[in-house]
Amino acid sequence: MLLIPCPFCGVERPEIEFRHAGEAHVARPHDPSAVSDEAWTEYLYFRSNPKGVFAERWRHVSGCGRFFNVLRDTVSDRILASYKPGAPRPEIPAGVRS
Amino acid sequence: MTQAHRAPAGGSAIDRARPISFTFDGVAYAGYEGDTLASALLANGVRLVGRSYKYHRPRGIVAAGPEEPNALVGVARGPGRFTPNLRATEVELYDGLAATSQNRWPTLRFDVGAINNVLAPLIGAGFYYKTFMGPDWFGPNWAWKRLYEPFIRRAAGLGTAPREPDPDRYHRTFDHCDVLIVGAGPAGLAAARTAAESGADVVVCDENPAPGGSLRAEPRATIDGQPASQWLAETLDALRAAPNVRLMPRTQAFGYYAQNLVALSERLAEPDLLADPERPRERLWRMRAREVVLATGAIERPLVFADNDRPGIMLAGAARRYLNLHGVKVGERVVIVTAHDEAYRATLDVHEAGVAVELIADLRDEAAGPLPEAARAAGLRVAVKAAIHEVEGRAGITAVRLSAHPGGMRRIACDALLVSGGWTPSVHLFSQSRGRLAFDEAAQVFRPGASVQRERSAGACNATFGLADALAEGDAAGGAAAEAAGFAAPGARAYPVEGAPTAQGGALGAPLHVLGDRRVKAFVDFQNDVCVKDVELAVQEGLRSIEHVKRYTTTGMATDQGKLSNMNALAIAAAIQKKPIPEVGLTTFRPPCTPVTFGAFAGLARDELFDPIRKTPIHDWAAARGAAFEDVSLWKRAWYFPREGESMREAVARECRTTRAAVGLFDASTLGEIEVVGRDAAVFLERMYVNAFARLPVGRCRYGLMLTETGFVMDDGVVARLAADRFHVTATTGAARVLAHMEDYLQTEFADLEVWLTSTTEHWATIAVQGPKARETIAPLVDGVDLAGDAFPHMSVRDASVCGVPARLMRVSFTGELGYEINVGSAYGLDVWKAVFAEVEKHGGCAYGTEATHVLRAEKGYVIVGQETDGTVTPSDLGLDWAIGKAKADFVGKRSLMLPELAREGRKQLVGLMTEDPTFVLEEGAQVTASAAPLVGSPALGHVTSSYRSPALGRSIALALIAGGRARMGARVHVSTPDGAVPATVARPCFYDSEGARLHV
Repeated sequence: MLLIPCPFCGVERPEIEFRHAGEAHVARPHDPSAVSDEAWTEYLYFRSNPKGVFAERWRHVSGCGRFFNVLRDTVSDRILASYKPGAPRPEIPAGVRS
Repeated sequence: MTQAHRAPAGGSAIDRARPISFTFDGVAYAGYEGDTLASALLANGVRLVGRSYKYHRPRGIVAAGPEEPNALVGVARGPGRFTPNLRATEVELYDGLAATSQNRWPTLRFDVGAINNVLAPLIGAGFYYKTFMGPDWFGPNWAWKRLYEPFIRRAAGLGTAPREPDPDRYHRTFDHCDVLIVGAGPAGLAAARTAAESGADVVVCDENPAPGGSLRAEPRATIDGQPASQWLAETLDALRAAPNVRLMPRTQAFGYYAQNLVALSERLAEPDLLADPERPRERLWRMRAREVVLATGAIERPLVFADNDRPGIMLAGAARRYLNLHGVKVGERVVIVTAHDEAYRATLDVHEAGVAVELIADLRDEAAGPLPEAARAAGLRVAVKAAIHEVEGRAGITAVRLSAHPGGMRRIACDALLVSGGWTPSVHLFSQSRGRLAFDEAAQVFRPGASVQRERSAGACNATFGLADALAEGDAAGGAAAEAAGFAAPGARAYPVEGAPTAQGGALGAPLHVLGDRRVKAFVDFQNDVCVKDVELAVQEGLRSIEHVKRYTTTGMATDQGKLSNMNALAIAAAIQKKPIPEVGLTTFRPPCTPVTFGAFAGLARDELFDPIRKTPIHDWAAARGAAFEDVSLWKRAWYFPREGESMREAVARECRTTRAAVGLFDASTLGEIEVVGRDAAVFLERMYVNAFARLPVGRCRYGLMLTETGFVMDDGVVARLAADRFHVTATTGAARVLAHMEDYLQTEFADLEVWLTSTTEHWATIAVQGPKARETIAPLVDGVDLAGDAFPHMSVRDASVCGVPARLMRVSFTGELGYEINVGSAYGLDVWKAVFAEVEKHGGCAYGTEATHVLRAEKGYVIVGQETDGTVTPSDLGLDWAIGKAKADFVGKRSLMLPELAREGRKQLVGLMTEDPTFVLEEGAQVTASAAPLVGSPALGHVTSSYRSPALGRSIALALIAGGRARMGARVHVSTPDGAVPATVARPCFYDSEGARLHV
């Protein structure tokens, strides 16, 4: 079970308080009608699923109820960053073990 | 029976002043407090303790710990309190213990299943895959399912699961610590002492009833100038006195998960549980540790030779443990066969206890070093280059034939054969922590490589075998863990050790004269009856990967999880393939590494605590009226209200007819409600629903259809505007998902909008009054609202007072009749319901349940999301295009509706179906086809989504999703039934009052 830091509550909590909400930084096109079918289906259905650092959304559903973003290494399950939606994806400093 | 094998003195674990009586297979025996069932059985000379899994061979005790493969017993403590498959080596003896052997019939001594031993050539590895292929006389796999599988299941196997519910209590607990130390042997205790002195919060867990590990059975060594037992006692006293240390005996760490979460299962001692059955029998700890020290020790390997499973053949280290812990001599005349020095230590102990040691036969070319020298100095005969050829005695060893130098081939009579193939580090937890194992060529063991998580291994589990080295490594690991957790550790402590020279050696796999001899039963895995020849067969049949060999032969499975067998199986597979061991690889270590009861995992989550029941405020009233209930997610909903002698069918028909003719009362409190408030509430709803809400007047309601971004229908409900900036939104019974969906968009994509969402499902009791007499029914109870048709038209909402209680009164209908929904605070729900029901009865009405609701709405063709839809259905498929606000630039799902697949011709569309036989009710989910006997493999046109007997029409009706359905009006189709297809006609999906005259009155 992961231990997930909630950037709104400012605490680490066990995974059972949260619900996973898919990949982060997949923005809804501002004007969907201006987007091609290909680009729209890419937005709907295609996700990166990397082996390594992954930006994903979580919701603190049994806590503050807020959605936020987490950088997690999918190999080690180590959580490298936790930040509010809208904030840019943080750079992982060199030397941080993931 | 007397305890003939008990030594006159000795046994650090037992209390000879406290005798205990117990039974095994109904025979009474005596033991002492501190015995395990295994040690007590051995003390009483009981050697035959079980029958093997497949061949039903007689088996005895091999080991002294959780790795024991043979001595599996069932222990009964009363109804529902039967536990099968317990290792006798772990069962603590208590007065009145009643244990039974397993996998034998009728008795352990005379077991009919032993015929399998003779049939062995027919039932080698994977025999069931090859043998039981047919005949398929009565359908595919008939013979397997009806004949072979049930038979094999009965003949093979472990204990029987209890049938009664488990009356014991179990708990689960979360906890944290700075340093978790797994294993309280010498390395673990040294680590604990150092970590404790740093001030860190330390937890030390150990699966045994008492901490100490090997030190509990170590009479020869001294630490710091005092006997090991003395050092152990003082160390434990110091740890127990430290406020920052928790010692957890009877607690096994069985799983190592992400971010240093270690799962521990703690069990209560049986006498404590018997004294107070309310105490939790087991407790599952989810221990989150900053740092972990693994000090899990090592497990001795058996040797592989012909008939190496005969009772009386035991690991040398186990014999030493039984002697020193329990004062039990496992034999009077013993032969030792070993490839490792450690067995010499055991030999010296049993020799000093007065056991006749006939010979120490060493498999190695020479036996040098301090321990073999000590054995020779004690006058014991040592021979080298040994090979075991034959074992005599079926139910218990009587002699062994072996060759060794000097002396050559000989036959030695003996009543116990102590063996040692060397020691395997217990790396299960390290491996589960995702650390990679490294093969140590010199020691021929897998040992922990680089750590991935915040843990370190110390002592024998790290292949550091000597006592002095283990103490030093434990001390260093404890200090390192404390420092990594942010504490200042004391400097290294020296532990001078005397009398415990480090043992060396070890052998893996099977000797050459065993390999390749298919007549020989040389067991690799005792618990699963896997022989050398089975591993050879698996490799010969092309299963090269050790993971495949494991699954084909079943080696390494069941309760011992390969603790004894893995390394030998691996070495044999490697030898046959002529590959080095690391290239063949290891099987994955998965939790739990030793069995954990289901109760511990369940904890308190049983019955209603596992699956909570949600009830509406009107529940008890409905129950008192004899309502039948149905489960809708966690809700209990009144299904129908049968009267005396009424069947369900009759009750539902009556409820439908009464509602259409007069008035019906329905509890809609399970409906999900969300209050949407804020400056941008209307804008937000316009984006979340396909409908237009911006110009919805205050006091009016509108049907709302919600899509996912993929364009498929997700939910529907009614949106009522209470004020310019306030909406009352209803959702289906799965409203939590709808709220989460709304929150997601509000918090991320539409974060600029000023809107608040609040779930009010639990706040409101919702009472639906439906039927032509609904208005006059509620009129006497309602204040502050003009109920006249033009003043309060269909799809309106008003703040009202009902029975003097503040209410939100809506005029809505899910039946096609004139209808109202009275929303009052839940606390008032029951009283208002009762008052309304009294009025309903005055008008000849009745209460109706969910089944009647479904019939009434199906007659009108109203869809239920989740019944007419399945996540692939668009608004257009349902004929709900009219709901879409065409002028809106965007809403969730809009863009997807323009994708070619969602806009194409020929999609499945909602239609009605009328069977040609009006009494025939179709099955929901039945396939709809164009012809009565379609070609096998041809696609169906669609399927039936709803099907009922309609009282209003006096015939059956159905809704269905059919390809190009709206273009097939009047067409004849066929619907599958278990007895062949029946014909039906495609119709409009509205069977009653299609112009809606009854709504607008």
